Amino acid sequence: MEIFKLFNALPGAISQGLIWGLMAIGVYITYRILDVSDLTVDGSIATGGAVAAMLIISGWNVWAALLAAFVVGMLCGLVTGVFHTFCGIPAILSGILTQLALYSVNLRILGGKANVALSVNKYDLLVSSRNARTLSLENPILVLTLFAICLIAVLYWFFGTELGCSLRATGANRAMARAQGINTDKNIVLSLMLANGIVALAGGLLAQFQGFADVSMGRGAIVIGLAAVIIGEVVFSKIFTNFGFKLLAVCIGAIMYYIVIQIVLWMGLNTNDLKLLTALVVAVFLATPHWRAKFFARRHKEKGGAGRA
Amino acid sequence: MLKINHIAKTFNRGLITEKTALVDVDLQLNPGDFATVIGGNGAGKSTMLNAVAGVFSVDKGSIVIDGIDVTHLPEFKRAKYLGRVFQDPMTGTAATMNIEENMALAMRRGERRGLRWGISNMEREMYREQLHTLGLGLEDRMASKVGLLSGGQRQALTLLMAALRTPKLLLLDEHTAALDPKTAAKVLELSDRIIREQKLTALMITHNMQDAIDLGNRLIMMHEGRIVVDVAGEDKKKLTRADLLNLFERAAGQQLNSDKLLLS
Repeated sequence: MEIFKLFNALPGAISQGLIWGLMAIGVYITYRILDVSDLTVDGSIATGGAVAAMLIISGWNVWAALLAAFVVGMLCGLVTGVFHTFCGIPAILSGILTQLALYSVNLRILGGKANVALSVNKYDLLVSSRNARTLSLENPILVLTLFAICLIAVLYWFFGTELGCSLRATGANRAMARAQGINTDKNIVLSLMLANGIVALAGGLLAQFQGFADVSMGRGAIVIGLAAVIIGEVVFSKIFTNFGFKLLAVCIGAIMYYIVIQIVLWMGLNTNDLKLLTALVVAVFLATPHWRAKFFARRHKEKGGAGRA
Repeated sequence: MLKINHIAKTFNRGLITEKTALVDVDLQLNPGDFATVIGGNGAGKSTMLNAVAGVFSVDKGSIVIDGIDVTHLPEFKRAKYLGRVFQDPMTGTAATMNIEENMALAMRRGERRGLRWGISNMEREMYREQLHTLGLGLEDRMASKVGLLSGGQRQALTLLMAALRTPKLLLLDEHTAALDPKTAAKVLELSDRIIREQKLTALMITHNMQDAIDLGNRLIMMHEGRIVVDVAGEDKKKLTRADLLNLFERAAGQQLNSDKLLLS
């Protein structure tokens, strides 16, 4: 009987995973493509949620509200980008500054309240957790899957263009990029804008899905995003080499993350301990390549030393 | 083709780590000049090259490339006129991108990068032919990530990329120093061939005195932030190691004691 509880919760977990998968694609752009850890996302996802919620409440069309969330998210990325390139502040610190500033901004957007309800009864929402177990066109899993496919397709195209290639080169090797005439500062700002736009878009979807926008809904977002990126890579790196599939892997990684979370909760983990667990798991995954390199490096050295002796 | 007018550069001015790298460098390269640059550690060779490339701005003087004053242009804008190969084979290419993608990036050096597709099929054919001339079999691995190539292969590719769009000036910064002797000789021969075939103007830093004597039509020796020896034409052809050491002693007023220079 207990197992049904888990099955019952799975559609919701998968939908949530899909939303965070979109968000994680934003993290992938900064963390993997640009090679910068951007902490702005903790703030910009809440900004996206707040903007979308307030606009929908004030009568905007859902799509227009999502577009607005995307644009405002890009502005968040612009601020971090300017801190980093124009002001010369280290990337990680720039993100923290923007994130902190956004807390106040988000409170302003939400009209001074810590959270604002966005009921599916009153507004015509795109996704809602209420429809997670229904078999209809409004099922969030269906809607979000289509959303993810479209986003991945657009990004696949974009990163194949001349501009997209120059963004990838900027992330891969700044010195090389500049030697090839690429304005790396501009590209860093552009990538941060794109990434945070996507993150804010995910925030707009998340607010609709959970039925409210909350000023602290982004707490630890970067860690969840990283978890999705890393899980996706660990599971699929051998199979998926194409860029589009790598983005898909990130999405699936987020879904797997939420399924695992659902399972450990079902097994009796206290909800309050979730963030601790997440942080530990991500820490271990992040440490693994370092440990592996250390271990292999030592063995390599031993071998090399013997050869030279 | 290149005019360096009395440039000077001091790093970390006012700090305890203050270091004057260039005191007063004045140099003019004519079109087609292939100048080799030697000098001990800290003589200012790389600083001079990086000043031309725009890695940092100079404190004094000006830099003119083919009549265009680039003194105040940022590095990425000067790239339009320059082909560069670095000492570290990892620096010149993007490891996580394909061979063909790297070449496509180089092909668009100095151009606006828009939303057109990053690489066309026509280009691919051209890259294949170009890679074939290297004789390294890279033409059959165009979809491989550059990170999988050896240091020598990467350096050869960087060289090809630097000359893909004929640069007004080719800057080679000890580009064979990190390679094993056999590979270094190959890359050096390739550099010489590309420079002669495309009639490029080039500035090549080397630690190897013999290479500096054998290659190019001009030899420049630097010491403590200045150019102290500049040999060209017939004199350069007849130049020997002993001549070079003599010239240096006379110009710098001291015995040449850089082990690295003497040993190589």
